[in-house]
Amino acid sequence: MVEQVKLLDRFSTNNKSLTGTLYLTATHLLFIDSQQKETWILHHHIGSVEKLALTTSGCPLVIQCKNFRIVHFIVPRERDCHDIYNSLLQLSKQAKYEDLYAFSYNPKQNDSERLRGWELIDLAEEYKRMGVPNSNWQLSDANREYKICETYPRELYVPRIASKPIIVGSSKFRSKGRFPVLSYYHQNKEAAICRCSQPLSGFSARCLEDEHLLQAISKANPANRYMYVVDTRPKLNAIANRAAGKGYENEDNYSNIRFQFVGIENIHVMRSSLQKLLEVNGTKGLSVNDFYSGLESSGWLRHIKAVMDAAIFLAKAIMVENASVLVHCSDGWDRTSQVCSLGSLLLDSYYRTVKGFMVLIEKDWISFGHKFSERCGHLDGDPKEVSPVFTQFLECVWHLTEQFPQDFEFNEAFLLQIHEHIHSCQFGNFLGNCQKEREELKLKEKTYSLWPFLLDDQKKYLNPLYSSNSQQFAVLEPNTASFNFKFWRNMYHQFDRTLHPRESVCNIIMNMNEQNKQLEKDIQDLESKINKRKNEQIDGVLTNELLHPVHPESPIIKTSLSFKEQTLLPVNDTLRTIEGSSPADNRYSEYAEEFSKSEPAVVSLEYGVARMTC
Amino acid sequence: MEFAELIKTPRVDNVVLHRPFYPAVEGTLCLTGHHLILSSRQDNTEELWLLHSNIDAIDKRFVGPLGTIIIKCKDFRIIQLDIPGMEECLNIASSIEALSTLDSITLMYPFFYRPMFEVIEDGWHSFLPEQEFELYSSATSDWRLSYVNKEFAVCPSYPPIVIVPKSIDDEALRKVATFRHGGRFPVLSYYHKKNEMVIMRSGQPLTGTNGRRCKEDEKLINATLRAGKRGYIIDTRSLNVAQQARAKGGGFEQEAHYPQWRRIHKSIERYHILQESLVKLVEACNDQTHNMDRWLSKLESSNWLTHIKEILTTACLVAQCIDREGASILIHGTEGTDSTLQVTSLAQIILDPRSRTIRGFEALIEREWLQAGHPFQQRCAQSAYCNSKQKWESPVFLLFLDCVWQILRQFPCSFEFNENFLIMLFEHAYASQFGTFLGNNESERCKLKLQQKTMSLWSWVNQPSELSKFTNPLFEANNLVIWPSVAPQSLQLWEGIFLRWNRSSKYLDEAYEEMVNIIEYNKELQAKVNLLRRQLAELETKDGMQENP
Repeated sequence: MVEQVKLLDRFSTNNKSLTGTLYLTATHLLFIDSQQKETWILHHHIGSVEKLALTTSGCPLVIQCKNFRIVHFIVPRERDCHDIYNSLLQLSKQAKYEDLYAFSYNPKQNDSERLRGWELIDLAEEYKRMGVPNSNWQLSDANREYKICETYPRELYVPRIASKPIIVGSSKFRSKGRFPVLSYYHQNKEAAICRCSQPLSGFSARCLEDEHLLQAISKANPANRYMYVVDTRPKLNAIANRAAGKGYENEDNYSNIRFQFVGIENIHVMRSSLQKLLEVNGTKGLSVNDFYSGLESSGWLRHIKAVMDAAIFLAKAIMVENASVLVHCSDGWDRTSQVCSLGSLLLDSYYRTVKGFMVLIEKDWISFGHKFSERCGHLDGDPKEVSPVFTQFLECVWHLTEQFPQDFEFNEAFLLQIHEHIHSCQFGNFLGNCQKEREELKLKEKTYSLWPFLLDDQKKYLNPLYSSNSQQFAVLEPNTASFNFKFWRNMYHQFDRTLHPRESVCNIIMNMNEQNKQLEKDIQDLESKINKRKNEQIDGVLTNELLHPVHPESPIIKTSLSFKEQTLLPVNDTLRTIEGSSPADNRYSEYAEEFSKSEPAVVSLEYGVARMTC
Repeated sequence: MEFAELIKTPRVDNVVLHRPFYPAVEGTLCLTGHHLILSSRQDNTEELWLLHSNIDAIDKRFVGPLGTIIIKCKDFRIIQLDIPGMEECLNIASSIEALSTLDSITLMYPFFYRPMFEVIEDGWHSFLPEQEFELYSSATSDWRLSYVNKEFAVCPSYPPIVIVPKSIDDEALRKVATFRHGGRFPVLSYYHKKNEMVIMRSGQPLTGTNGRRCKEDEKLINATLRAGKRGYIIDTRSLNVAQQARAKGGGFEQEAHYPQWRRIHKSIERYHILQESLVKLVEACNDQTHNMDRWLSKLESSNWLTHIKEILTTACLVAQCIDREGASILIHGTEGTDSTLQVTSLAQIILDPRSRTIRGFEALIEREWLQAGHPFQQRCAQSAYCNSKQKWESPVFLLFLDCVWQILRQFPCSFEFNENFLIMLFEHAYASQFGTFLGNNESERCKLKLQQKTMSLWSWVNQPSELSKFTNPLFEANNLVIWPSVAPQSLQLWEGIFLRWNRSSKYLDEAYEEMVNIIEYNKELQAKVNLLRRQLAELETKDGMQENP
């Protein structure tokens, strides 16, 4: 614990600051300012810690987080600063998985709850939903023991006519054994998105089994015998790979394929692109021109657009030409995951729901071996393996939500929350680099799955404008003219409150939607209460009548008359007061209070009625 | 002059119209004195009615006997007409050119327009200066209305009635007018009730190279200060530009003569620099084929958002001086008719909840732009496509609207009006059937007898049926000062204006509709719950009565 620490405002030019106390816990860094406001930073979120030169007011410590939070502390004593610095360095970089937060995180669930959480997303179920297995596609047991490919899941779907020797042969011809398998099957079009890694073709090598497998994929599509092979890399990169005995498919060797490069850059380019972007937008007193020239030179939006364009290529191939597509990059776990998942999302509205989006991430990212732990730097490892590939995917989805505000069941907060957790190491889903590794880590026994927690909190993540009646195969056709791509402020400045709109339309509409549901319920309640009361009155009166059959006037008539007289006037009155009152008076929260106040009255009246009937 | 002389071919059949997001329409093209009309005689297709005054530039192209006219509008829309027959095409083109550049204001459409709606409230009388002054006079007695400019003799670009410090008589005002550019002596622009601080505006002082001074000017602006208080003079020009202005007889307030005032220079661009910025921006937005780097570099080099940031920052500074520092402000640039008005009006949007309502915003435009003598006729004569490059053409008002939009984006619930209201104002400032934005100042409007001969825009806008289109469903009165962020990350391209014709807004419009539905539904439910509660309460009291007869 260190006292009298100053937290500087990141963008303030006059060094505005909060003074408070800094605490280090086993999992978090905690700053409590003089107003008792708490800032919690998970150690795993810390990307880098930097100690700047000593100043008159103390020793500056700058912490950059993977969720793009940047905090700038000034610690009065250099010694303290040094201690914190060293502790954070240790705490933020773990050497082994077992030291990550997920292995100690305890949300107070028992084993069966935990297991149910892990079973929430069932990929076999998902393939069934897509319509496989069927007469053209089947589940292959070739990789059941991870014998053919360690980074693939155990269960893979392949064309029914592709025999095991063909699969084995093809896998030997593909980088890391990642042979062509099904990623998404479009039931209406009977066309498929398949994925693999680059072929080990070098300058002239070929593999008959691989050629057969591709042919089997194209034959599995009864509507179009031609299939596209999409190499998501820039052509130059692919050519360079040939020298290393890898490369790309030669159209001459494969029958019925159309080969296409789409030019998405590699993980290293993406990493430095993001680095540049963050440098630019972290500048104090940034000018508009520096911002846009920085945005341009970072290339970030260019990369986002490239991923989006590639996904659109997939969707078009399937929708317009009825053609199956095989996608690969080098190893087939970065760009391939981006393009396959985004392409499926464009094609199938299921993936635009909360649950469907989780399924999509589980399928194309987690199960197919996107190396989350390396890309997110969960462990103290090779910094060259870190790359914002998944962040880019989320950003592409965000751009789609901007263009199609009613087509997604989830909102921006959902995307931000997922991004938060790919780095948090709080849940087991994103730990490890492939399914095999996850099994070895026994994640399902030792950690919790993120998804049930997000689902429990679903309210926060629902898009209030979502129109759920869209067809399953309602394809999204985004406009990718450059001006549609904007800087995602809420991601890269998530924690810089001063840069955001001060009033959030999404939150207001979300609350209003919730409120509407509550109001609908209230109306039902009220109506049934009113009916009940009316009936009771009639009952009561009838009973009275029975008890006093010789009553001079008919109480029914009297009651109903007086009832009318009483209601008409006051109701008009209240209408007037409602119109005249301020919107705040009509707020549900206050109203709910009044409502509950009237509750005891109902009870006592019922009691009264009961007494009358005795 | 007869319009018929200009219309060589009034009618051409089999013309094909191409518009963004609509299928091509074939129909008959008609030219009238003020409109270009294309009608297809099919029930389900919309007719095109285009005001000639909305046409900014036209291009002609010929392929064989087929002529094509590309019409570029002041609202940035581009449409294309395919006209069979070279002669017809040439005739149409030359007629459009002549009709869209009429010299005489009195030939403009507002002088011919006959409204099809019943005027409930005459907009020409909706915002009288006397009424506006009453809002202040209830709070302070330090100010008065002056009629010194009744005949427009003291200051040709001021309205007949202005608000000045009570202690300064008309004689002094006449003297001050000779010391200020264009006779624009300091007048009240805004009075901040919370702490009684004020914004004043004027033209630059005519100090010249020999440092001329004017005691009455000093007295006038000092009269607005409380004892012992200092004020700020915001010069919207850089110090350098202000210094250069001395050579031409202009200048700025010398510290020695205005010891109670601190001068701050900001640099807000004007004239052709803004015009060029607009031309570049619209050009960039219209080219769908730009790759990402080119688009970003074009957007950057247009400098449009830099101007936005500069103007907003200055307005925030003014608001800050008023609300936080408790200091009064005098704002001027050179003439005091452009950047000055951008700043005074935006500061009011930030400070004054009233100017964020529909009526209040209309009053603001009336006060700070029309009455204050922003030369609309000159500034809005041409838009982004015209090559004429006249010095006085400049999108000053559009920049102001864009700044308002930026604040609206950041405070989507604090404004009674929505984006469509701002877009509508932009359109009418450039081409309109109403007389409101004609002329360069009140004096010209008087001479043109606009009040008698044309309809006010406000008469139309303020009808309930029109207002509903411009009302923000999210509005909830917010009496606070609203502080927008001016960081580049917080400023955005105004897509509703600049991408309006370049991409379909179908999904965004549908989402907006859905939002409106949710809000409407909420109101309905609230009303119903209240009604039911009332009913239940009735029944309960009645039961209570029955219980104890």
